[in-house]
Amino acid sequence: MRIAFFATCLADTLFPEAAKATVRLLERLGHEVVFPFDQTCCGQMHVNTGYQTEALPLIRRYAQTFDRYEVIVAPSGSCAGSIRHQHAMVASSHGDAGLAARSASVAARTYELSELLVDVLKIEDVGAYYPHRVTYHPTCHSLRMIRVGDKPLRLLRQVRGLDLVELPAAEQCCGFGGTFALKNAETSTAMLADKMTNIVSTGADVCTAGDSSCLMHIGGGLSRLRTGVRTVHLAEILASTEST
Amino acid sequence: MTTFLGMPATAPRGVGHLRGDQPFPRAAHDALGDSQLRRNLRHATTTIRGKSGRVIAELPDWQRLRDAGSAIKADVMSRLPDLLAELESRVTEAGGVVHWAADANEANRIVTDLVRRAGSERVIKVKSMATQEIGLNEALEDAGITPVETDLAELIVQLGDDKPSHILVPAIHRNRSEIREIFLRAMPGVDPELTDDPPVLAAAARRYLRETFLSTSVAVSGANFAIAETGTLGVVESEGNGRMCLTLPDTLITVMGIEKVLPTWRDLEVFLQLLPRASTGERMNPYTTMWTGVTPGDGPQNVHLVLLDNGRSAVLADTVGRQALHCIRCSACLNVCPVYERTGGHAYGSVYPGPIGAVLSPQLTGIEDNASLPYASSLCGACFDACPVKIDIPSMLVHLRDKAPHPPAERAAMAAAAYTMSRPRLYAYAQRAAKMARIAGRRGRGLPPPLSGWTAGRDLPEFPEQTFRDWWAQR
Repeated sequence: MRIAFFATCLADTLFPEAAKATVRLLERLGHEVVFPFDQTCCGQMHVNTGYQTEALPLIRRYAQTFDRYEVIVAPSGSCAGSIRHQHAMVASSHGDAGLAARSASVAARTYELSELLVDVLKIEDVGAYYPHRVTYHPTCHSLRMIRVGDKPLRLLRQVRGLDLVELPAAEQCCGFGGTFALKNAETSTAMLADKMTNIVSTGADVCTAGDSSCLMHIGGGLSRLRTGVRTVHLAEILASTEST
Repeated sequence: MTTFLGMPATAPRGVGHLRGDQPFPRAAHDALGDSQLRRNLRHATTTIRGKSGRVIAELPDWQRLRDAGSAIKADVMSRLPDLLAELESRVTEAGGVVHWAADANEANRIVTDLVRRAGSERVIKVKSMATQEIGLNEALEDAGITPVETDLAELIVQLGDDKPSHILVPAIHRNRSEIREIFLRAMPGVDPELTDDPPVLAAAARRYLRETFLSTSVAVSGANFAIAETGTLGVVESEGNGRMCLTLPDTLITVMGIEKVLPTWRDLEVFLQLLPRASTGERMNPYTTMWTGVTPGDGPQNVHLVLLDNGRSAVLADTVGRQALHCIRCSACLNVCPVYERTGGHAYGSVYPGPIGAVLSPQLTGIEDNASLPYASSLCGACFDACPVKIDIPSMLVHLRDKAPHPPAERAAMAAAAYTMSRPRLYAYAQRAAKMARIAGRRGRGLPPPLSGWTAGRDLPEFPEQTFRDWWAQR
């Protein structure tokens, strides 16, 4: 299958390993990945911080860049969530019915990685090997906005060598919330402290999730406290094999 | 010909409790450092979440009940004026008197005058969010009338000269030893040997309240529901204090937000299933009291209904924001909110705390007066899932943020980011420039505001050697 890759601005800039892993994984599974260079950012930060007017050109750019593809994947539940739940809404509330229709159409073809694998490509065992003790944090937008459910866990359970341990209070937010972590840094830190306590209690050496943003937050805290636990994007685990 | 009467007014300043003294982040600072408060909140919200989750799981049609509740409320909002007129007619026919209050000042004046006319210097109150919202207790005290809260938690708050911090359990921030101290200090005629054993504390409150119930001729209540087709008002509660207030006094004055009206009696079948399970985690609430005007010789003989606007028409005018008026005050959103669980209710500054408060308070007051509240959320969405009438709180928060006043520096930064991200080549250049800046600066700590909040508790990721798009270009 020919799959257009939306890397997301965060993975493109700060977490390229997650983006590269997505490409390697899909190519290893026999699919063609294309990366349209005109892509930048989905505009979620602008929309969620109260700047819909500023987000509008980014929403338009996403629709223009990806409209020609049948299947689009993003290594982020949050960006996929923004595209699916906010793009058309923002366009229509700013009186652009044409863009709203186009955005809705592109959004319907945009998948988060675990959705693409399980729902579209119908695969749960991706042939990965990852010999580590891993706990999975379901990010809020993947869980409650686009409802990926247990798809990431179904993928992780098939990974050879992987010791999957359940995260207590997994469904509670890590406290990132985009600019929430800056505007309400102390409350965000209090939420992060509980998330880290739960992660450390599992004895895992790796915490994984489907969003680089939440992992940046959790990882930043785990690193600051020198817990020895590291954060790794789900795509990187699924892309790992015995030979890499 | 139609006449434009102007946009509906928001709740007036200088009266009531919809505005805090300080922005949310500053108010939250103190709460986050209070270890006793943090412990009380964690314990209470975890307990309620568990109870509620168990009884909700018993109902196979919970999601359909939520859909029904949501649909009924949307219908009410689409024809609110007609329903209110119908309610007024039915209440009046049944011997009640309906008063219309445009705002908190008018409502306080109406209630104060009614109490004076009844010749009472004291009123008993059954817990009501609307009277908290308008600051009725302060208005009554100014007029020389003593209001006595009869809900146990409200009584604790009142005797402690404190503010409620939760819609349903207003004293959630207090534990039993604190309650014992408050009773010893402020409860008239209290036994000085009082212990902090919960049954002993409840018995002390009961003794004090029984005397008050039997010697007070005027009661003030709120209402959970009003039925337009019958003119019936309803209060649901757990302690029986409401039943006493609603049946014993000669005069009963009910202050109700205009959004509480329901079209038909039958609609109660939906809300009386949704409310107790979502709020207290009970299958059915212990006391449900309904009254329709005056029944000669039985119960209050002077029945008044004060219909309160206080900004609600302004909320109704916003087609996205009006969903906030669907709220049935169950507080399920507070109990699941990770922000509320850590900051408690006082940080929100309004009688309406938590996620629903973050969307309701700024709309009632106008966004300028509560500009920090729509940002008091990580947009995790737990509130939307928990809401028994499916209020999409995250989308409303995003909507209100768009209307909120923005700091000039932030506005400039957001505009610059949008400009850059609209130009892929400039964007790629900026990615590389950011990496260079990082190499030149210190790593991971001590960034200037507003980024300092991040580095106070978290390391920054190392900038990679190569962006993804550069890697792709070189493949």
